[in-house]
Amino acid sequence: MKTSTRIPSDIDPLQLSIGEEPMTAPHQRPPSTQAASPDSQAATAAPQQPRLPLTVAPSTRMPPSRGVPTEPLETRIAVRNLEAGYANHKVLKSINMDVPPRSVTAIMGPSGCGKSTFIRCINRLHEETPGAWSRGEVMLDGQDLFHPSIDPVDMRRKIGMVFQRPNPFPTFTIYENVAAGLRLNGWRRGVMLDERVEKSLRRAALWEEVKDRLHTAGTGLSGGQQQRLCIARAIAVEPEILLADEPASALDPVATERVEELLLDLKKDYTILLVTHNIQQAARVADRTAFFLLGDLIEYGPTNDLFTKPKDSRTDAFISGRFG
Amino acid sequence: MTTLNPNVAAVLDQAPSPPPPSALARAAQRNRGDRWFFRVVTAAVWLVPLLVIVFLGVLLVSAWPAMRKFGFGFVLSKSWDANAEGGEAYGALPFIYGTLVSAFFALLLAAPVGIGVATFLSEVVRGKLRSVIAFLLEILATIPSVVYGMWGMFVLAPFIARHAQPQLKIVQTHLDQWFGKGNVPIFQFRGFPNGLGLGTAILVLAVMILPLIVSISLDAMRAVPTSYREAALGLGATRWEMIRIAVLPPARSGIFGACILALGRALGETMAVTMVIGNDSSIHWSFLRQANTISSIIANEYGEAADLKLASLMELALILFVMTLGVNLIARYLTGKLGIKPAVK
Amino acid sequence: MTKHPTNHANYRRWKNRVVQGVMIVMVAICIVPLVALMWTLLSQGLNSVSFAFLTHLPKPPGETGGGLGNAILGSLLILLFAAVFAVPLGLALGIYLTQRDGTRLASFSRMLLDVLSGIPAIIVGVFIYAIVVRKTGFSLHLGFSTLAGSLALAMIMLPIFARATEEALKAIPRTVDEAGLGLGLPRRTVIVRILVRAAMPSILTGLFLALARVGGEAAPLLFTTQRSDFWPSHGVTDLATLKPLLEPVASLPLVIFEYSKSPYEDWKAQAWGASLVLVVLVLAIRLSTKAFTAWRYGGQGTHV
Repeated sequence: MKTSTRIPSDIDPLQLSIGEEPMTAPHQRPPSTQAASPDSQAATAAPQQPRLPLTVAPSTRMPPSRGVPTEPLETRIAVRNLEAGYANHKVLKSINMDVPPRSVTAIMGPSGCGKSTFIRCINRLHEETPGAWSRGEVMLDGQDLFHPSIDPVDMRRKIGMVFQRPNPFPTFTIYENVAAGLRLNGWRRGVMLDERVEKSLRRAALWEEVKDRLHTAGTGLSGGQQQRLCIARAIAVEPEILLADEPASALDPVATERVEELLLDLKKDYTILLVTHNIQQAARVADRTAFFLLGDLIEYGPTNDLFTKPKDSRTDAFISGRFG
Repeated sequence: MTTLNPNVAAVLDQAPSPPPPSALARAAQRNRGDRWFFRVVTAAVWLVPLLVIVFLGVLLVSAWPAMRKFGFGFVLSKSWDANAEGGEAYGALPFIYGTLVSAFFALLLAAPVGIGVATFLSEVVRGKLRSVIAFLLEILATIPSVVYGMWGMFVLAPFIARHAQPQLKIVQTHLDQWFGKGNVPIFQFRGFPNGLGLGTAILVLAVMILPLIVSISLDAMRAVPTSYREAALGLGATRWEMIRIAVLPPARSGIFGACILALGRALGETMAVTMVIGNDSSIHWSFLRQANTISSIIANEYGEAADLKLASLMELALILFVMTLGVNLIARYLTGKLGIKPAVK
Repeated sequence: MTKHPTNHANYRRWKNRVVQGVMIVMVAICIVPLVALMWTLLSQGLNSVSFAFLTHLPKPPGETGGGLGNAILGSLLILLFAAVFAVPLGLALGIYLTQRDGTRLASFSRMLLDVLSGIPAIIVGVFIYAIVVRKTGFSLHLGFSTLAGSLALAMIMLPIFARATEEALKAIPRTVDEAGLGLGLPRRTVIVRILVRAAMPSILTGLFLALARVGGEAAPLLFTTQRSDFWPSHGVTDLATLKPLLEPVASLPLVIFEYSKSPYEDWKAQAWGASLVLVVLVLAIRLSTKAFTAWRYGGQGTHV
């Protein structure tokens, strides 16, 4: 069974419309073999019904489905009935979602659909805004992050975040930026700190470019470099989850490509949640994609499936560019 | 910005080239009117440099007799005596000392508190509580100098005389024991305390400059983009750590500018200081002794001064002017980097 | 090399709490003098304030029933004429700085306005004495007078007001300017009748805030007005010849200063009453102006 998670580059998802199947052979299976996988059986049984988001019982196995690696997957982050908003305005309406480890899960949707709010709930950054509220559960490895006994400060160390506009601390050098999270956790100056900084910068594909100017200002880099610096800063504390809120939207195409390559590399070690408004980016990078619209999770599944055979007409409309 | 490009303005002021002859007369009249208008406005604007030049001129000319007589030694001389041997002898040192010490220590007291309050208002509280505190600070900022002087004279000074001075006397005896008598006489006092003196002036000045420091530091901190705060929080920083990494460093120059501006204000402050500092034109190292600043000696003695004394007072005014000018220019440079423009000292 | 994780985390939590506690203490330090001051002001001042106090003339010490009517009127008079001098010049400066921005005179004037704003108030008073009040030397020989006091206050007000005017005019969108010119109006009309009028609320706000700021100043008045125990001359011929402008006048800040220095208890009590009146006056102007601006324009305002 084909295990590729990518839509091949000669297919442009935007060109697909309802009912049309891509013509390239590797992604097309004759109906007879579809019966072999239980997931697609359900899909063919009711192709026109709006598909429920993929949920699993808190026990951790997910059925293998087409386009996803066949090894058994655990659920890293389980979101249950998450609602969130600001003051009187509800932005997220009861989201249920499971995120597998060591993968890139894309959250896509038009502006205002709640995707940024969603991701900021995961690391509880949302509640730092005055007037913001949230309800529901976000379970990281089975532990509810909103539980009163959990200190958001501790928890955020395990969840790194990269923001839309690169924001290296302006008065810190490159070295100090990467070391910032570690210094907060008590790391002192020394060889081990240097090593960790280098390791993070290498992993972020920035080392070669900055190794000679580690002690110059972080703001002296180009936009793309600054964003990779922010990624280095985030991974320096070795989080388990990485949240990326439209990390490439402020960057030029070359820098965007580098960031995307980086995410693909990082997913070997981190569980990555990527918010993007760029459909092609989700198609290029993500293993699973969730489509949000006006605070609802409309559809969620392997990227390949979502793009080639969207279950919901709204998903299809969005992918085809009919709105967004 | 609705400014007009000066080149365009210049063109508008001249008769336009292509209009038809029938409209030319009307256009010429309109432009003539505009030209007169701008002439009047420009003439009014020239009053400002004129004013400043006259100001400097008057100051220099009035101070000249003293400058000629005492030379540079004026700045270093401690005497202030109309009846000294060899004629009148005046010097600036006691007043420069009083001005600098009072302003500097007032800043030392007010800056940490001011920055702390500004941080509190910017990062910790929201909504109602913030408005209330900001309102109270607004009131503090509006109270005139003379009223602070009244409070200093009639409330603070007696309080210090009754409650602080006895304790400080004890502290002083300890200091005398550790360092030898008279070596660290910062709280030394003789006679009957009335609470007036350098220390009281420092306290009153500190309260007066506090709202200014809070206000401008708050602006500096609010100007820091939220993104940095979120980056720090995302790394797992506590609130104080977030402030320390993401808010204070970028706001540094603005906060520093706030302090310098407050220093400038404290240097020039007259009424409150005059009312509590006690009018003693000599230098004492003790905070409990009375003193004088440049502005207070001018306030006290200008009314009846003549000739050489008057010239000396004017020279003192010149020195104070140069001091505050220097300080204010530095402050505006520092806050200008942030685009914060304090319209009022 | 790394500290023990849990201990360190606890240390950080503790430090966070301590720092926030310190900040609260600092806020308390701020509030205490204010409360003490307001309390004293109210308790001492209210004793002296009465309708008679506000409307009668002062009496010699020892006699009861003195009042500060002339000082209140005098302060208002000085402020009025300070505005009379400062407003036209401030408007001209505001217009010039927005219309001719970029010329050397514009940058030069801006810098000089900064210089002016840094002159301590007492020195302004001394300067005005030297060129307006003195009856000898290079001066206008006017003697101690309302006019001299107004000039001193105007000189202090000018940088504040000019900056407020400049900001107010800058805030008008360019399209308004162009619309006026497009109608065929000459530039001077556009400026005066359209731009200035549109900016008028902000300009007035700036004016009142500046007045509140200088209304409490005593230092510039020390050597420019003297004291007076009488109402300003108000006979018909006096008004016609502007006599009241040329004679000494009482003002609240100076009365406070003087009475505070006196050895008489009833004068000191009156000084408190005058302080209360002055604070109420200045606060009323400032707070109502700010409230009005916030109500009308929601949030945006000049930082004064």
